[in-house]
Amino acid sequence: MTRHILIDPVTRIEGHAKISIHLDDDGNVAEARFHVTEFRGFERFCEGRPFWEMPGITARICGICPVSHLLASAKAGDAILSVVIPPAAEKLRRLMNLGQIVQSHALSFFHLSAPDLLLGFDSNPAMRNIFGLMAADPTLARAGIRLRQLGQDIIAMLGGSKIHPAWAVPGGVRSAPTAAQRAGIVERLPEARATVLDALRRFKALLDTHAEEVAAFGNFPSLFLGLVGPNGEWEHYDGRLRVVDSGGAIIADQVDPSRYRDIIAEAVEPWSYLKMPYYRPRGYPGGMYRVGPLARLNICTRIGTLLADAELGEMRQRAGGIATSSFYYHYARLIEILAALERISLLLDDPDLDSPRLRAEAGVNRFEGVGVSEAPRGTLFHHYTVDANGLIQRVNLIIATGHNNLAMNRTIAQIARHFVRGDRICEGALNRVEAGIRAYDPCLSCSTHAAGTMPLTLTLVAADGTVLDEVRQG
Amino acid sequence: MAARTFTIDGQLISAREGETILQAARDHGIFIPTLCHLDGVSSVGACRLCLVEIEGSRMLRPACVTPVVEEMVVRTDTARLREYRRMIVELLFAERNHVCAVCVANGHCELQDLAVTVGMDHVRFDYTFPYCEVDISHPLFGIDHNRCVLCTRCVRVCDEVEGVHTWDVAGRGTDARVITDMRQPWGESHSCTSCGKCVLACPTGAIFRRGATVGEMERDRNKIAYIVAARDQRW
Repeated sequence: MTRHILIDPVTRIEGHAKISIHLDDDGNVAEARFHVTEFRGFERFCEGRPFWEMPGITARICGICPVSHLLASAKAGDAILSVVIPPAAEKLRRLMNLGQIVQSHALSFFHLSAPDLLLGFDSNPAMRNIFGLMAADPTLARAGIRLRQLGQDIIAMLGGSKIHPAWAVPGGVRSAPTAAQRAGIVERLPEARATVLDALRRFKALLDTHAEEVAAFGNFPSLFLGLVGPNGEWEHYDGRLRVVDSGGAIIADQVDPSRYRDIIAEAVEPWSYLKMPYYRPRGYPGGMYRVGPLARLNICTRIGTLLADAELGEMRQRAGGIATSSFYYHYARLIEILAALERISLLLDDPDLDSPRLRAEAGVNRFEGVGVSEAPRGTLFHHYTVDANGLIQRVNLIIATGHNNLAMNRTIAQIARHFVRGDRICEGALNRVEAGIRAYDPCLSCSTHAAGTMPLTLTLVAADGTVLDEVRQG
Repeated sequence: MAARTFTIDGQLISAREGETILQAARDHGIFIPTLCHLDGVSSVGACRLCLVEIEGSRMLRPACVTPVVEEMVVRTDTARLREYRRMIVELLFAERNHVCAVCVANGHCELQDLAVTVGMDHVRFDYTFPYCEVDISHPLFGIDHNRCVLCTRCVRVCDEVEGVHTWDVAGRGTDARVITDMRQPWGESHSCTSCGKCVLACPTGAIFRRGATVGEMERDRNKIAYIVAARDQRW
């Protein structure tokens, strides 16, 4: 008899989702699916709004990484204005994005995933959370929380609030921090650096003891996509698109992000609100690619700062080149925190930040704008079309979690096949399936922004299982 | 001019003949909430937020247009008035699409301030979510009808202070809209002088500077009264 295991809701992720695992007659895993059950609608209700308001509106897509939307949206606005923003504005935007990377990665690692990694996948589920971590290792938990706080404080220093700062605007930014505020951040960098180096040391020890998880947590060949600088260096705010395959071959490079449609197409499945983007030249679903910290480190030639480049070298050595196991996402996240801290340190000393020129003024000079930046979870696209006055006609958003959708489904199927057996389904195995999703640090609030034209089926089911109504669109 | 003495909330008040209850109350530091009232232009008593109780009268009176009368007894802060005021503000929020968090006037909005003043922690009525247009065809300014409360301050300031009467109101009930000239896009208006007084006068984020982003629409609404007073004193 076929059986069906449902994990609902998936815990310690940002958003609402469920996982269903289908077993065949022999009790083996036939299929596993990651269902995103949230529905937002941003692409539809932004239509008709002035594009100047878009950074403020789209930042509301998410409370974890509002900064990413703010920046991608402001950049799409820059494109519509057809301006090059003042140097101080670009550097301040970069500074905010680095603060965002620090706080979001710290949240993912210390608050959400460290309980699995440091307390154990099979540890008591009642204690397998940040509170359990505080009890077991208060120093580490405190350091992790303080690391996240530093990232949040950088965002607040620039934007006036930690969450949803309406600070980046088409043409630049609204204000700059004072020298005293900057000095306050500089003071706290050594402690943050020590925290992340300690976490890296602990994580590397785990790689040796968790060989089974490394082998089974989304360990498969796929493409990796992200932004790189002009010489292939690590990039988080600007740059051009590069796609690398799991053998390390660069199959697309220096692609203008505004031409993203040449390389990315989106498919839709009826069982999830989350679209399934794929690399267009390889088709669906063969064009599966991954984005985010692991992809950024896999595609870049180098990071460009001393400590982070040393860690990147070690990671590549451990992985034997391109890291194909999604378990390495955690590793990549820690290295990116280190890279971000090093760059924050350099930026805070930059004399350009004292310039009072922060915002370029212009009218509507182009009717279409694409803004791309690297969110903590991966490459984020905001694509707007406006009318002659600047009212939004069309919005397309492609969000990091969406890019990873195919890979996440593949990952949970792989983990389920490895750890779940029909005759003995233990809690630790189910937790590993969830942890496979957690490795991608998905943000579902962000990724289900689409609406209106998306083909989807809505089914209304009564408690006894009878289908009351079904609506189809698209 | 003769003086009038009367009481507001038990306090003995002296005011000039012809003054309104609102003016007299404000002169004595007594707060009465208002929305459509704007110093410098005529009052229309439209928003009903300044309703007060007058002893001996069954009807509530708008303080902004009711002249003081000798020995009248006015109450501005009763349970009934508080309930009505809160309901009025809730109905304003339910009528169109007011989303403070992403509004250009966030933090500088009289409607938002009123919601706080009357203790509106939620809206008890269903939102109507009407479709309202945004017009940013003017090179300097824009109007978002989603945020308009039909206070007609723009209409009055344009007519009475600038002397142009670009703005007016068309339609009835839920279809009512402030319009420019003969309801053409603002950018095609022939009468508008682009003086910006309507931008100064607007209590919400409905009329804004083009290019304004969240919370950026700070405006000095007292400037209208200043312009009027300065003009009156010229000789």
